[in-house]
Amino acid sequence: MRGGLLGQIAVTFASLSLVSIGGANAILPEIHRQVVEVLGWMDDATFAHLFAISQAAPGPNVLLVSLIGWQMAGVAGLLVATSAILLPSAVLAFAAGRIVARWSETAWVRVAKNGLVPIALGLILASGLVTARAADHDALGFAISGGTALFLVLSNRNPLWALGVGTLVSVVCTLL
Amino acid sequence: MTREISRTELFLGFLKIGLLGFGGIAPWARHVIVEERGWVSDKDYAAVLGIGQVLPGPNTMNMAVMLGDRFQGTAGAVLSLLGLMAMPLLILVGLATLYARFAAVPWVGAAVGGAASGAAGLVIGTALKMTRNIRPTPMAWLFGLLAFVAIGVLQLPLVAVVVVLVPLSIAAAALERRA
Repeated sequence: MRGGLLGQIAVTFASLSLVSIGGANAILPEIHRQVVEVLGWMDDATFAHLFAISQAAPGPNVLLVSLIGWQMAGVAGLLVATSAILLPSAVLAFAAGRIVARWSETAWVRVAKNGLVPIALGLILASGLVTARAADHDALGFAISGGTALFLVLSNRNPLWALGVGTLVSVVCTLL
Repeated sequence: MTREISRTELFLGFLKIGLLGFGGIAPWARHVIVEERGWVSDKDYAAVLGIGQVLPGPNTMNMAVMLGDRFQGTAGAVLSLLGLMAMPLLILVGLATLYARFAAVPWVGAAVGGAASGAAGLVIGTALKMTRNIRPTPMAWLFGLLAFVAIGVLQLPLVAVVVVLVPLSIAAAALERRA
């Protein structure tokens, strides 16, 4: 029975791996549909709870998948779910990286890279804005986000300083 | 062009990125890889990240695999990926265990909220800093802004935006090169 569940976890997430363009956020609705509606592994409240924890932990958003695996089948489930969601896309990235490296001296790969750079920059800035909108509920939140961004642009110190001060300011303002 | 990066350096570098990566690992990845260790330039980093973005899977994972392979082949790719995932997985399990007990304490909520706001600021600052260092051409500015508005402001589906903008941006880069 346990082997059956692990197999199901592996198949479910491996089949999502190669369509997850843009990472876990892009397939979040589909993960929810599979896990809650199709497979009936958990209810909405548990799903939301796991999502919140996965956002609070460091690391990529796919950690939600790891956590679902852990919830369903402990450490084995965690490892199976994480491998299933990451390995197929990692193998593809490996192959793509080799192809790009082999042709990197050719003009068109250089042109393609030049074209990809601004898109990557725009998308990072966009994800910053989307995250800020979700995280900042008041003026204090926006001030912390803005201050942290400014610190990063103006200083070469470790960003952990800004993150620590922001967290401290938030705690102090809430307790006062 | 690229300097020698050992397997240990790769593993420890990505381990650090994963450990620091609260609120998303992208800003930390750039901080450690470009600023702290100087493995690649900002432009090179953005290019690898851009390739990682159009492929399925988390862009930072794809970046780790490609950089690992570039410096140390298959072993480098595997070590980078393992390094990047190790700490987040451990912390995740710890958090999941603790969360239920402490979520209701007020200052814990405030700390998590403050850290989330700061994390968002880190991502914004990272994008601005990379832009400053890369000095985009006018065409690159245009496509960077288009990608930002499409996803950040209009919140259009990522796949559609990537499918439309990437070919156009590459075509523009080709034209700019010829001009």
